[in-house]
Amino acid sequence: MAALCRDCGALGDGDGRWCGRCGSDRQFRHAELADLHIAHIDCDAFYASVEKRDDPSLADKPVIVGHPGGRGVVTTACYVARRYGPRSAMPMFKALELCPHAVVIPPNMAKYKRVSEQIHALLLKATPLIEPVSLDEAYLDLSPGARLVDRPAATLLARLARAIEERVGITVSVGLSYNKFLAKMASDRDKPRGFAAIGRTEARALLAPLPVRAIHGIGAATARRMAEEGIETVAQLQELPEAALVARYGKFGRALARLVRGDDPRKVTPDRPAKSVSVETTFARDVRSPEALCEALRPLCERVATRLERGDLGGGTVVLKLKTADFRTLTRSHRLAAPTARADILYRVGLALLRTEADGRAFRLLGIGVADLVPAALADPPDLFA
Amino acid sequence: MKLTIERAALLKSLAHVQSVVERRNTIPILSNVKLEGRSGALSLNATDMDLDIIETVSAEVSQPGATTAPAHTLYDIVRKLPDGSQIELEQTGDDGQLTLRSGRSKFTLACLPVEDFPVMSGGELPNVFTLSAAELRALIDRTRFAISTEETRYYLNGIYVHTARNMGVDVLRAVATDGHRLARFEVPLPEGAEGMPGVIVPRKTVGELRKLIDETAVEVTVSLSESKIRFAFDEAVLTSKLIDGTFPDYERVIPADNDKNLEVDCRTFAQAVDRVSAISTEKSRAIKLSIEKGALVLSASSPENGSAVEEIEAVYSSTPLEIGFNSRYLLDILAQVEGDAVRFTMSDAASPTVVREVADGSAVYVLMPMRV
Repeated sequence: MAALCRDCGALGDGDGRWCGRCGSDRQFRHAELADLHIAHIDCDAFYASVEKRDDPSLADKPVIVGHPGGRGVVTTACYVARRYGPRSAMPMFKALELCPHAVVIPPNMAKYKRVSEQIHALLLKATPLIEPVSLDEAYLDLSPGARLVDRPAATLLARLARAIEERVGITVSVGLSYNKFLAKMASDRDKPRGFAAIGRTEARALLAPLPVRAIHGIGAATARRMAEEGIETVAQLQELPEAALVARYGKFGRALARLVRGDDPRKVTPDRPAKSVSVETTFARDVRSPEALCEALRPLCERVATRLERGDLGGGTVVLKLKTADFRTLTRSHRLAAPTARADILYRVGLALLRTEADGRAFRLLGIGVADLVPAALADPPDLFA
Repeated sequence: MKLTIERAALLKSLAHVQSVVERRNTIPILSNVKLEGRSGALSLNATDMDLDIIETVSAEVSQPGATTAPAHTLYDIVRKLPDGSQIELEQTGDDGQLTLRSGRSKFTLACLPVEDFPVMSGGELPNVFTLSAAELRALIDRTRFAISTEETRYYLNGIYVHTARNMGVDVLRAVATDGHRLARFEVPLPEGAEGMPGVIVPRKTVGELRKLIDETAVEVTVSLSESKIRFAFDEAVLTSKLIDGTFPDYERVIPADNDKNLEVDCRTFAQAVDRVSAISTEKSRAIKLSIEKGALVLSASSPENGSAVEEIEAVYSSTPLEIGFNSRYLLDILAQVEGDAVRFTMSDAASPTVVREVADGSAVYVLMPMRV
């Protein structure tokens, strides 16, 4: 069976415990290793790892990155902290109940962005086909036609993981497979500092016992609907013919039929353009007053307009987002007759959406943005009455 | 209430009234149609509180009475009954149910009390005049495509109907605009319309009205006040609230000083626009007109699709001009031109262009150019 040395990247087929070349015992074995080319690289507890790198005294302390104080949420919890229960997106007060001795560090996005760019630069040496998902994860296409170095994908990945550790100072987990969906699933299987692969022969069986939520595109609502129909696991979906899935779930049924078999036709597309532009703010205290909410909306619209201008974009749909004091998220959208990039139009439309929701309920978060992006040249067509 | 009616007659009326009824209603009674049987006739009434329609059809009423039943369900049933069938509607006592029998089918529908059905107060409608169906149809067709769908500019979500004076003649004028194009059409002022207030007729009302015109008689009686308008047909009466807003001063955006005249054959031009726009992107629909003496070149290009060019004959004698338009807006206007020739009066690539029929001055269109 093909064996990869995770330290030196050597690919052989020995079944010894140690690498024949460098003697390391970090050997990864997988029958299809030489035939898998799509990778997902995920930085381990990224923001927290960067903070630990910059302050070695934090190394074995529980570190939580997030805005301190009662209102913030956990952005990242390091692996030490996770042992006590804190997870990302958890309200900070709750995380601190679980882990009172955690060191809380406010996020420094500019710094994380720099580190992310540094990692991106290293990845670029292996392939130009990199699709960043966020600052801390990316898909790579390392197929023979795409990679810049003529080495097996597994070797390149082992070298990349090592280079990132040595030069950037943080660890990553690598998932290798034959498509994005499975590559991402693989990177999650051996965290942190992991390496995992999912091959063609095992995909279906690996997916079978998982809850339906593991499938890309099945969110809470669909999962609930499936549960009502008695469908809990991927195996149950695998047993249904495509026609049955289409009958039940419409167009998504077709994609679903492929996904449950482990097929994902999505390509790794570098620099995928943004689909929406939005900004939001969490209030220091819950806001009930409609006037105060309207007041808070205006600067957000200005910020969206600034970002649209920078991106040379306009948006065809205005989306308002609200989160109630009990963490329920509401979004309301309005399709514009003509796309816009102007703050005053965003505000006028946003205000109309907000007025129907601002009914005295307490809100903790307000956001506004645009979707259906178009080139700026198509936004705000000249108006006879403007 | 008990009556017998022909399916075709009931279907036609139900088709009109059910389309006034909104699909989603928070107030249950608004999902219902009010049915009232009187001597020899059934009247059907539906409303969404802004728009109210009453239609009367002849029926054999053996027992007068009234009730309300779910409009969409009733329509659906009648639609599916075989052509030529007779329908019996019966509501007995106070069990709150309407029974529909036809052939071997029987349906029982839940009713709501007729007393709960909202009555749209007419109020006084002091201005009364009549229009021919053809005039009313033209007032709508020549303008409705330009109605704005942008709800934040609610005062543009309808057709502005008002009186005006054009070259010494009093006219009844309809104007609609979405800010990107404007359509204006007028007919001689009908007797009785003098002194009427300018009113904005909402888009939904325009749509329902248009359906009724197609199946009607020769004349429509219009009565209105500042807040309501009523259209009375032979068998149907449509009453609507008006949009409570101020229509912008549209006269000032119709350019008077444009000096570059382009004349083209309407059909030839429309077909060329339609062909060339196949290339322009779904989002922009932009088409470029390059105009020189005697010739007009239409072109479009998109990074995804490629490019298209077509040349047509044109009458033009000013300095060459390149100007871009939304192809859909052009086609909307060209579809309303009845004569052969259409004239574009332009200033430059950034200023509003005026479009008219060469042979008929009753319609004026203004089109904002696009950047191309």
